[in-house]
Amino acid sequence: MTDMNIPATADRTPGALAQIRAFFLPHRIVMLALALSGVAAMVLTMDWSWLPQFMPRLWGGLLMTLYMLFGSVILGFLLAVPLGLVQVVGPRPLRWLATGFCTVIRGTPLLLQLWLFYYGLGSLFAQYPEIRETWMWPYLRQAWPYGLLALTISFAAYEGEVMRGAFAGVPHGELEAAHAFGMPRTKVFTRVWLPRAVHRALPTLTGEIILQLKSTPLVATVAVADLYAIVTRVRQATLLTYEPLLLLVAIYLCLSAILIAGLRWLENRVPSGH
Amino acid sequence: MLQSIDLSLLAFNPPGWGGALLNGFVKSIQLAAGGYAIGILIGILGASAKLYGNRVVKDLAEIYTMVIRAVPELVLMLVFYYAGTDLMNTVLKAMGYDGFDVNGLLAGILVIGLVQGGYTTEVIRGAILAVPPGQIEAAAAFGMSPGKVMRRVTLPAMTPHALPGMANLWMIATKDTALLAVIGFSELTLVTKQAAAATREYFMFFIAAGILYLILTLGSNVILRRFERHARRGMVPVQR
Repeated sequence: MTDMNIPATADRTPGALAQIRAFFLPHRIVMLALALSGVAAMVLTMDWSWLPQFMPRLWGGLLMTLYMLFGSVILGFLLAVPLGLVQVVGPRPLRWLATGFCTVIRGTPLLLQLWLFYYGLGSLFAQYPEIRETWMWPYLRQAWPYGLLALTISFAAYEGEVMRGAFAGVPHGELEAAHAFGMPRTKVFTRVWLPRAVHRALPTLTGEIILQLKSTPLVATVAVADLYAIVTRVRQATLLTYEPLLLLVAIYLCLSAILIAGLRWLENRVPSGH
Repeated sequence: MLQSIDLSLLAFNPPGWGGALLNGFVKSIQLAAGGYAIGILIGILGASAKLYGNRVVKDLAEIYTMVIRAVPELVLMLVFYYAGTDLMNTVLKAMGYDGFDVNGLLAGILVIGLVQGGYTTEVIRGAILAVPPGQIEAAAAFGMSPGKVMRRVTLPAMTPHALPGMANLWMIATKDTALLAVIGFSELTLVTKQAAAATREYFMFFIAAGILYLILTLGSNVILRRFERHARRGMVPVQR
């Protein structure tokens, strides 16, 4: 989808060199030079003296962003599998419950859900001494569990909808063939149905992971020290408007690019069977 | 806390917060609708640039959609908001007016529109590609000017193909308005937070706001479905 418009000459599976040559058309070289001189102007004329001082904290923020992203993607996917399955084969009340969950989460803004969990649940937990005395309290007093919870639930709802379609889309004959081999139902599920459904959902899944990366800065609004929160602190400390924001945009661009490349590599490693 | 839900807090008049919530809701809808409209304008321009523009224009449009789709909406909104207001102030100062207050609603609409435009460009580009090229060539063969081809043939013919994606984008626009709360726009989410913080009734207010958002998304879903059926009349139904 995000393919750059490679000219038609590059269509016949050319070598890497030919592809690079096809990319560097004259106008692209001029644009690249303009962009580079723009970046150089930014580096030279703007105030970047704060950068070394904040570097360790920025690094910590980046790690927090990645924790939030991968934590919520993994937990959310584990939730999404039962959510999708129940909507295809579950008994009617469970099906309604799962559909309702997906509709409500997908129909309201993530920011609202996050604030509901953080302020609502947070103030509710604080009222019960029983909770304050358990081992969970040191965690529940922090902000990140609520951020992770909101991101996980949101990812589960969007991905649950995708998994529903993927489970329903696995050809019936394949499941019947597995049955005919005498596999018990759980084995049909783990050996055939689930792998085929995940395979079908893979392209959508990679898109959802990129979207999830773009949702992570919201947790900064409940005082989780992710990349966005750190940059906000830099802006408050240095009273600079643009420099920290430009750095933030650059970092997110790089993160997205790396993520897209990595996911595409993974996707290509999965045999497509065609 | 949950056993004493005081619904009178949702009353319309000042001791209750109902009026303030509804005001925020209306503002959210205005922001979403305005941003969506600007997004469509940018989308048509961007799609034409990508499909019919020269090399430089094509690449510029590609960079625009790439950046919009790779950077978090929250960050984009901050950048557009600060850069936009700064730019407008400088331009107006250069023209001899002294600095002025940016109209909050207008700035919010522009910010949402710029973000939406990146996605709308992709949806409309795909929809135009789905129109049989013979129809567009026939219009050109009749001697219509490019603008007229666009207005009379391309845009009407691509509408049914664009509607599912555009319906999705409307849902995203309504939810993206909540992000403006972070910049300080008093739309529904921010008003809800203020009400909840003032009364300490977090659950009640956030759930009330959630219901308002759900009414908006589910309601517009019904309308969009009907609109889609109308636009697809006469087309072969999709086989699943």
